[in-house]
Amino acid sequence: MISAGIVTASYVAATILFILALGGLSNQETARRGNWYGIIGMSIALMATILGVVTQHYAILIVALLIGGSIGIVLARRVQMTQMPELVASLHSLVGLAAVLVGFANFMGHSTSFAGVELTIHNIETYLGILIGAVTFSGSIVAFGKLSGRIGSKPMTLPARHWLNLGLLLAAIWLGHEFVQQAAADGGMLPLVLMTLVALAFGIHMVMAIGGADMPVVVSMLNSYSGWAASATGFMLSNDLLIVTGALVGSSGAILSYIMCRAMNRSFIAVIAGGFGTGGGTTAASGEIEGEIVAIQPDETAEMLVNAKEVMIVPGYGMAVAQAQHTVYEITKVLREKGINVRFGIHPVAGRMPGHMNVLLAEAKVPYDIVFEMDEINEDFPDVDVSMVIGSNDIVNPDAQEKPDSPIAGMPVLEVWKGGTTIVLKRSMATGYAGVENPLFYKENTRMLFGDAKESLDAVLKAL
Amino acid sequence: MVLTIGIVRESYPGERRVATTPEVASQLMKLGYGVVVQSGAGAEASFSDEAYRAAGCEIADATSAIYNQCDIVLKVRAPADEELGLLRSGQTLISFIWPAQNPELLKTLTERGVTALAMDSVPRISRAQKMDALSSMANIAGYRAVVEAAQHFGRFFTGQITAAGKIPPAKVLVIGAGVAGLAAIGAARSMGAIVRAFDTRPEVKEQVESMDGEFLMLDFKDEDGSGEGGYAKVMSKEFIDAEMALFGEQAKDVDIIITTALIPGKPAPRLITAEMVESMKDGSVIVDLAAEQGGNCELTEPGQVVVKHGVTLIGYTDLPSRLAAQSSQLYGTNLRHLLTDMTPGKDGELVVNMEDEAIRGATICTGGETTWPPPAPKLSAAPKAARPAAAPAPKPEKKRSTGGPVIAMALGALALFGLGAVAPPSFMAHFTVFVLACFVGYMVIWNVTPALHTPLMSVTNAISSIIVIGALLQISSAHSLIVWIAGFTVLITSINIAGGFAVTRRMLEMFRK
Repeated sequence: MISAGIVTASYVAATILFILALGGLSNQETARRGNWYGIIGMSIALMATILGVVTQHYAILIVALLIGGSIGIVLARRVQMTQMPELVASLHSLVGLAAVLVGFANFMGHSTSFAGVELTIHNIETYLGILIGAVTFSGSIVAFGKLSGRIGSKPMTLPARHWLNLGLLLAAIWLGHEFVQQAAADGGMLPLVLMTLVALAFGIHMVMAIGGADMPVVVSMLNSYSGWAASATGFMLSNDLLIVTGALVGSSGAILSYIMCRAMNRSFIAVIAGGFGTGGGTTAASGEIEGEIVAIQPDETAEMLVNAKEVMIVPGYGMAVAQAQHTVYEITKVLREKGINVRFGIHPVAGRMPGHMNVLLAEAKVPYDIVFEMDEINEDFPDVDVSMVIGSNDIVNPDAQEKPDSPIAGMPVLEVWKGGTTIVLKRSMATGYAGVENPLFYKENTRMLFGDAKESLDAVLKAL
Repeated sequence: MVLTIGIVRESYPGERRVATTPEVASQLMKLGYGVVVQSGAGAEASFSDEAYRAAGCEIADATSAIYNQCDIVLKVRAPADEELGLLRSGQTLISFIWPAQNPELLKTLTERGVTALAMDSVPRISRAQKMDALSSMANIAGYRAVVEAAQHFGRFFTGQITAAGKIPPAKVLVIGAGVAGLAAIGAARSMGAIVRAFDTRPEVKEQVESMDGEFLMLDFKDEDGSGEGGYAKVMSKEFIDAEMALFGEQAKDVDIIITTALIPGKPAPRLITAEMVESMKDGSVIVDLAAEQGGNCELTEPGQVVVKHGVTLIGYTDLPSRLAAQSSQLYGTNLRHLLTDMTPGKDGELVVNMEDEAIRGATICTGGETTWPPPAPKLSAAPKAARPAAAPAPKPEKKRSTGGPVIAMALGALALFGLGAVAPPSFMAHFTVFVLACFVGYMVIWNVTPALHTPLMSVTNAISSIIVIGALLQISSAHSLIVWIAGFTVLITSINIAGGFAVTRRMLEMFRK
């Protein structure tokens, strides 16, 4: 209905809007506008394609769009903020699946006629698109299972898992070679299907081997993969819009993964190789910890908070599990009304996905100008009277700085122990995901408030 | 068997403290003990019998009833002679006892078969700080010393400029910066005085400065006054001379002197001579916290307030008792911590674990045997001066050889040219777009605030569903299987598009200032 030129022009517009969307998301003030840019860009791209390229089967198209769209909106409305990591992981799996399906459909359609090198390249593109899509799909499914607790979050470490991965990679390369050979002679379905199975197995195995605490890296990595899958599909279809958008998403996910890894002072390879936090021999390297644990009660906690001038709250995954963010904010409100300066210190890898804590605090209506990232507030701890650590462990472990032989040595941590008193809310004395004892709990100025974070905080709020 | 704890009324004249407050009593009951309180035990510290009763305690009338009825007796002061007669074998007594100064008492307690824990003998190790009653009492004494000084000092502590003229701030000298000294520095500072402090142990300089006091340095090298367990020790003759010269000079300048210098097991050192007192301005005040051990000031009269050479000398020996409610609360909590450690099962069963360093140190006799003095403590609570530099030297930044990036770039360029040589121009055009887009993504994302990582991920997720275009290109195919696959792909990607954008919007709505 509309000319190819206009379709291309619309794609350019959509590309620009997507870039603006990502740019807008870099800042609180412009974030909402950024989201609208994304929505408009997507609508333009869809309209242009539907009007300019699609020639028949409109009924199927419209019905699919409507059903899918309404499912998406219902999901988005219903999801709890604590379940965001699961939702994002499951949405990633859909992109992966789409890439696989588009790849197969394209291969079966043989709509384009290439020859020679072009054909080879086209086939490699198809192959890569399906490969990345399949890894994204199965990896995201496993990540979803782990995040929602359907699969245990402990890393599953098969014997010789690195050899297994290498074997799968070699198999994929060999199948790729076979596929290109056979596809040139109009065959190749079998190697393509086999490769898909190999890629699915690889995705499952890769994510299974990664522990719960490394999930922020996994989620952003899968985000990156979903982008690369789109990009590879774009190459296959010779569609620049797909290539550009996929590359944007792919590189943004890669950067996020890199930021997460840096926040844990670990190399990307080490995280992906997995097996971190296997427990066992927990205190072997850390030696004797001096001092003893002093437990306190909620009413004493309340008293300490009221008598403080500077309070720092350090939330972790435990707060998300206990759904305690609303109570935390109620406490914050009461304290701020009393003229106490309450701030939040967020470690980059707190929680199970990048920015998880910020979203939860935002949900509880905590104003974002009192929520700070680690680098902004770490130097302020000596002036803080009371720090409240809610369900986090490794990110406040002084060993990371003090013990060079600790498994988490060198990881940047929030230096709560430099403040006046630290109150740690914790279910029990279990170690964190890194499986490392935390000497913070034994420090003289640390008090432990044991129990479910929500219940403890409710009691504190009552005592206030 | 559940044991009963008894709290007796202190018989020592002028003693206002009580060993347990109602609040502490209720916590003792949580450990499984029964608690009996002598009627009127807390009256002087403003804790009525009703308050104890409300906390669940029994009230007994006579001291003897408590001694007869209870398995554990908690006290502040060491038992008086008539109380000693009431103690029986197997009974546990916890109070201040000062076995070094009272060998007779120790002997009697041993002979009667009593298990006695002296709160003054709790070792000074980090773990036992929560039961260190000496520190909690010293803290109160230091505070009260300033209050007493203010009471007898005829002027403001703080400086002011008023319509009626300028008032200079009072100058306070604190000698001995232990717990009491530091508490005095804090209290005097918060009233606005200029505070100077002196101590023979140089490592307390930081602590003094942390309380906003000025640390007087003695120009005297090579002598560290830290003795065992963080207490001070006796200094050399030369050191003392230099010290006395400093005090002589300071005495002429300051308005208030608070002395807290004590060396364990020794009479208090004489630091302020009669001449120094004479040299002080009229109306000045000296508070001598060491009065009980003979006083740091030559003219102090223990237990008395006297005026000599125009200077008020306060020699009270019962400063904690003069702040009875506060000291009872802290002392009671110290006792409670000790009992918590001695009741591992929380079942009202007392276990005297001689393997536990803190309990071992406090136990001076048990089962007819004297167990005092304990073996030397293993750890010093004093800041470890000898500790190796706390912060490990910063690791040298990994030097990146400049060769790495060069090689990587060269390889990249080679790969690029290799690709360009074989790939058709159409592919290279797409490839250009791809590489540029990667860089744009990198530039755009690099500055995202961490707070927005989650919304960013959900929005990129929605955007990556642009893969729907691929399905749209296929949906018009003549091949019905492809049509259905494409239709399904459209369906799942539109879940993603709608869900991704909607959830991002929902999240961003929540972020507010």
